[in-house]
Amino acid sequence: MSALLSVENLRVEIAARDRRLTAIDDISFTIGAGEILGVVGESGAGKSVTGTAILGLLEPPAALAGGRIAFAGRRIDTLDEESMRRLRGKEIAAVFQDPLTSLDPLMTVGEQLVETMLTHLPIKRKEAFARAEDLLRMVGLPAPRERLQAYPHALSGGMRQRVVLALAFCCNPRLIIADEPTTALDVSVQAQILDVLRRMCRENGTAVMLVTHDMGVIAEATDRVAVMYAGRLAEIGPTRALVEEASHPYTRGLMASIPSLTRRRDTLVQIPGAMPRPDAPVSGCAFHPRCPSAEARCRSERPPAFAVEASQVACWLADPARRSVSA
Amino acid sequence: MSGRPTILSVDNLTVRFDASPPFLRRVLTGARRRTVHAVEEVDFAVTEGSTFALVGESGCGKSTVARTIAGIQAPTAGGVSFMGVDIAAFRTRHAAMPYRRNLQMIFQDPYASLNPRWRVGRIVAEPMVTHGLAAPGPALRGKVSELLETVGLSTDDARKFPHQFSGGQRQRISIARALASNPAFIICDEPTSALDVSVQAQILNLMKRLQKELGLTYLLISHNLAVVAHMAQSLGVMYLGRLVERGDADQILTRPRHPYTRLLLDTVPDPHAPDRGRTRLQGEVPSPLSPPAGCAFHPRCPFAEERCTRELPSPVKVGGAWVACHAVQEDRLPHHLPGRSQGEIVSGGAT
Repeated sequence: MSALLSVENLRVEIAARDRRLTAIDDISFTIGAGEILGVVGESGAGKSVTGTAILGLLEPPAALAGGRIAFAGRRIDTLDEESMRRLRGKEIAAVFQDPLTSLDPLMTVGEQLVETMLTHLPIKRKEAFARAEDLLRMVGLPAPRERLQAYPHALSGGMRQRVVLALAFCCNPRLIIADEPTTALDVSVQAQILDVLRRMCRENGTAVMLVTHDMGVIAEATDRVAVMYAGRLAEIGPTRALVEEASHPYTRGLMASIPSLTRRRDTLVQIPGAMPRPDAPVSGCAFHPRCPSAEARCRSERPPAFAVEASQVACWLADPARRSVSA
Repeated sequence: MSGRPTILSVDNLTVRFDASPPFLRRVLTGARRRTVHAVEEVDFAVTEGSTFALVGESGCGKSTVARTIAGIQAPTAGGVSFMGVDIAAFRTRHAAMPYRRNLQMIFQDPYASLNPRWRVGRIVAEPMVTHGLAAPGPALRGKVSELLETVGLSTDDARKFPHQFSGGQRQRISIARALASNPAFIICDEPTSALDVSVQAQILNLMKRLQKELGLTYLLISHNLAVVAHMAQSLGVMYLGRLVERGDADQILTRPRHPYTRLLLDTVPDPHAPDRGRTRLQGEVPSPLSPPAGCAFHPRCPFAEERCTRELPSPVKVGGAWVACHAVQEDRLPHHLPGRSQGEIVSGGAT
């Protein structure tokens, strides 16, 4: 399977008063056509910056500082603003956390959908209206015909996020970047929205990069998952493998620290300390100050990504040279 | 549980807010008065030294219950009695002082709940000064250091400002401040919702340790059922201002009776059990301005019948829990919802 999106050695830097801070530090990954890739990490790990960089929406003081991003075989990080705008919304769509920021409060739901389609598709106004109604039905909005006339303020949070999904899907994109699409919603609505997202992707063959801090959402909605830590990829691999038996000590700690309904314990496993901030980077592996298995090498040398079965793990413990010695 | 005294009891608590249009508009346009039914006839009691959790989706009234218990919100009807005293009976600030000293609160947003212009030392010292527990001076400073160390911060942190701390550390400061007046009861309103999971684990472990060491009672408000399962001994599930199910937490989480509780449990994404079959909750919570007649949950309930649409179910004791549901009382619910069969909860087992 050739990759739909490939990110190679991406670096994003933020210009501070007297120096440049590294927000994204050399990360590489791919998303296949129709695949749902989850990107998980704590706040400040660089999940959203990665999504923003792919969409070409980085704003100063943040800027690309290296690497390449290719979409459908074509390099997009060097595109001019106009070509990027044509790509965004049509080929690559975005869904953000707060539906109100993605909707125009002065336009009806129908007008917004129709306008987006007329911008990107060779389609007549009448057809666009018919398609808008179909889309609203597909995302599970009750009474779709009447809702075309509704303004965003008249809808609940869950209904707004459904409209945003309809907007994202209206031009049949090949990739959707969804940044915490359900974080602002109640759990019962969150489950409905994730169901819609997953179903629409399967039906249309759309790939998704799903950015979230919620391991539960990752476990339920994604095919593969990338775990970010301090601007780097700690681990990337099939969701199943990662949730059941993570290789990276950070992922293991993260999984164990989540209270569960099905596995109850007296005390939760806690990772001591906090993630290093970009203004105080750490030598070697960024996780070593908090890692229970850190060794001398972890403090001085940054681990490359080692292959562990179908996963890539950036940890010296996964070094095959080391594993063969200990085996 | 049994044998320990009740520290807090909430009886028939009702809180309504007037959301009417202004008087002139009502006269001119004939618009009606409108009332938000935030909390309706809520009853529960909390045993000393335990954790009682209120769970529910946003707008279900759980925070309003907490605010009423804290004395920030006056009840429309019903009452709250704390350590045997009705909190509505306090006529003066002075009379309420012992109650306020004994009941403290931790809020969700550690960024908004600490004064950004005060040093941490002053923030933590304030309750002790207000309640006359220590006079400013070396003794007070000593007490502040002790509190900061109790919550896992250091003595030097007293000189810093809140912005110098991370979210988790700020929540530790909030906890130190809540502990300063040596309270018996702490209301924790979504204490970890704004935190990352690894930090959430640190704060939950800290709260459990403090409860054990100091014999604290917690009222935990949360929408996160896994957090509730980890912390609480008893629990109340709220829907549109009413308690639909209340009782022993283990019981309710392993054998939920009310259809809403069952569906809510099914909705929680659990990374430790991603493939359990699940039934989705359909629709959204209706507006508390015009709650549905009968059982408020009936428009979303897969088991609703004609009776549910007109008659409000009253709570009935089933097993170890009180359940307000006609279907449960008429025993016409399937024992398991489709999909819950393999989702049985295995409890206990410290690892």
